[in-house]
Amino acid sequence: MKGNEVIAEAAVRYGCDGYFGYPITPQSEVMESLMEMKPWETTGMVVVQAESEVASINMVYGGAACGKRVMTSSSSPGISLMCEGISYIAGASLPCLIVNVQRGGPGLGTIQPSQSDYFQATKGGGHGDYHLIALAPNSVQEMYDFVGLGFDLAFKYRVPAMMLADGVIGQMMEKVVLDDPRPRRTDEQIEQECGDWALTGKKKERQRHVITSLELDPYAQEVVNEKLQATYRLIEANEVRYQTTATEDADYLLVAYGSSARICAKVVEMAREAGYKVGLLRPITLWPFPGKPIAELAGQVKGILSVELNSGQMIEDVRLAVNGRVPVEHYGRMGGVVYSPGEVFEALKEKIINKTK
Amino acid sequence: MTEELIIAGFGGQGVLSMGKILAYSGVMQDYEVSWMPSYGPEMRGGTANVTVMISDKPISSPIAHEFDTAIILNQQSMDKFESQVKKGGILIYDTNGITRHPSRTDIRIYTIDATEEAARLGNPRLFNTLILGAYLKVRPVVTLESTYKGLKKSLPERAHKTLPQNEEAIRHGGEIIRERA
Repeated sequence: MKGNEVIAEAAVRYGCDGYFGYPITPQSEVMESLMEMKPWETTGMVVVQAESEVASINMVYGGAACGKRVMTSSSSPGISLMCEGISYIAGASLPCLIVNVQRGGPGLGTIQPSQSDYFQATKGGGHGDYHLIALAPNSVQEMYDFVGLGFDLAFKYRVPAMMLADGVIGQMMEKVVLDDPRPRRTDEQIEQECGDWALTGKKKERQRHVITSLELDPYAQEVVNEKLQATYRLIEANEVRYQTTATEDADYLLVAYGSSARICAKVVEMAREAGYKVGLLRPITLWPFPGKPIAELAGQVKGILSVELNSGQMIEDVRLAVNGRVPVEHYGRMGGVVYSPGEVFEALKEKIINKTK
Repeated sequence: MTEELIIAGFGGQGVLSMGKILAYSGVMQDYEVSWMPSYGPEMRGGTANVTVMISDKPISSPIAHEFDTAIILNQQSMDKFESQVKKGGILIYDTNGITRHPSRTDIRIYTIDATEEAARLGNPRLFNTLILGAYLKVRPVVTLESTYKGLKKSLPERAHKTLPQNEEAIRHGGEIIRERA
């Protein structure tokens, strides 16, 4: 199946309550597939093509306020339009899933694959002190799996989750293992799970619930901020996810996520064949970032190459983790151009291996 | 076994669907597969290409810089991909519309007059299945049986009436491919 189609399949099988979106390449197949699947006739899931991205994210805001599992998907320029709403959702401590199948920017940019929204996904995007849980799938299977994982984490911590994919994985086809469909949550289950905050209809025995991101008293707002920050620290402590390949004896380390990590896995194979001990660390959560394992590997390797389809964004987090102990360089292509494994291998030799001998 | 293949030509020639049939055929034989299209504002008449990988091992990168086989269906693609065939690899092309023929001597080169043959058969839409059959003759990465299953899987139900013709074209493609001397 195609990466984008799999998002639709995963949403329905997970028991998602609603999808609200607006078409944009390279992720239009998400909504197209949902419209073909007609889940409103089977699970009762709502699928709405809104009039704009701004409308979509505000529909998500509304659904999330009711404790429903709701999501949207878009690509880079569309996500920028949603950022105000995402900030409001984060400010109101609501869970939801946002999928970004990235394309080249800035502006309308290109429609080809890119990873240039790393800063936007991990450092905010919208205004205010907030974080999204940012998941970076590197295969069609993970695009499927991370719909469920994204919702689960979002509801566990009451924060929005973002799946940061890119045009390569969105457009490619691979084998996928699907799991059994789960029914949507019943009103009783939502009451049980989200009863202390969600808008489920005020009962006599409880106070009204207020969902808002506005607080006029700065001291009260600071309490809200502190609560959010405490949640973020908890997420940092519990939810860092990453994968290592051939790092045990590595002299050199590649750090890459998403489709770049697939390309770098090939680079590891090529480098090992050529006699270089190269390993790969793939952040699966971009926020919280796996700084600790990278710091540990910095004590072992001679140099690190951060590989991304952008001008160098994740490298800032890698350098923070490494703290100057070994050279950390960036290699990337921009504008929707995708490097081949051979290009990355050459860059690794030129920027790291030859300079650290 | 790992096959890294690029199919490149005009949009509308069935480049992407040929790749899709092959990818599904690989799945039928329990291989790992990846199908990565060039996508963009590329419609009928523009260039289109797809990278298909079939392997008995997990596929790391879906993107390649060198290919075991290139199937080339127009001049622009010839200019771009001839040099990207691995040494000892295979290049298959339809001579129709090719003005500069491949010049490499370190690869095996095959031709198939599929445009002409499809026209002779009175159905230009058999073009891509003829080529697919030709490819599988020189590079039998999947069996014909799996290919027929892959074909069925990749076609929507309403097109299933064309299955016999397409199966016949796959078989016939294997007969009309020629190794260039």
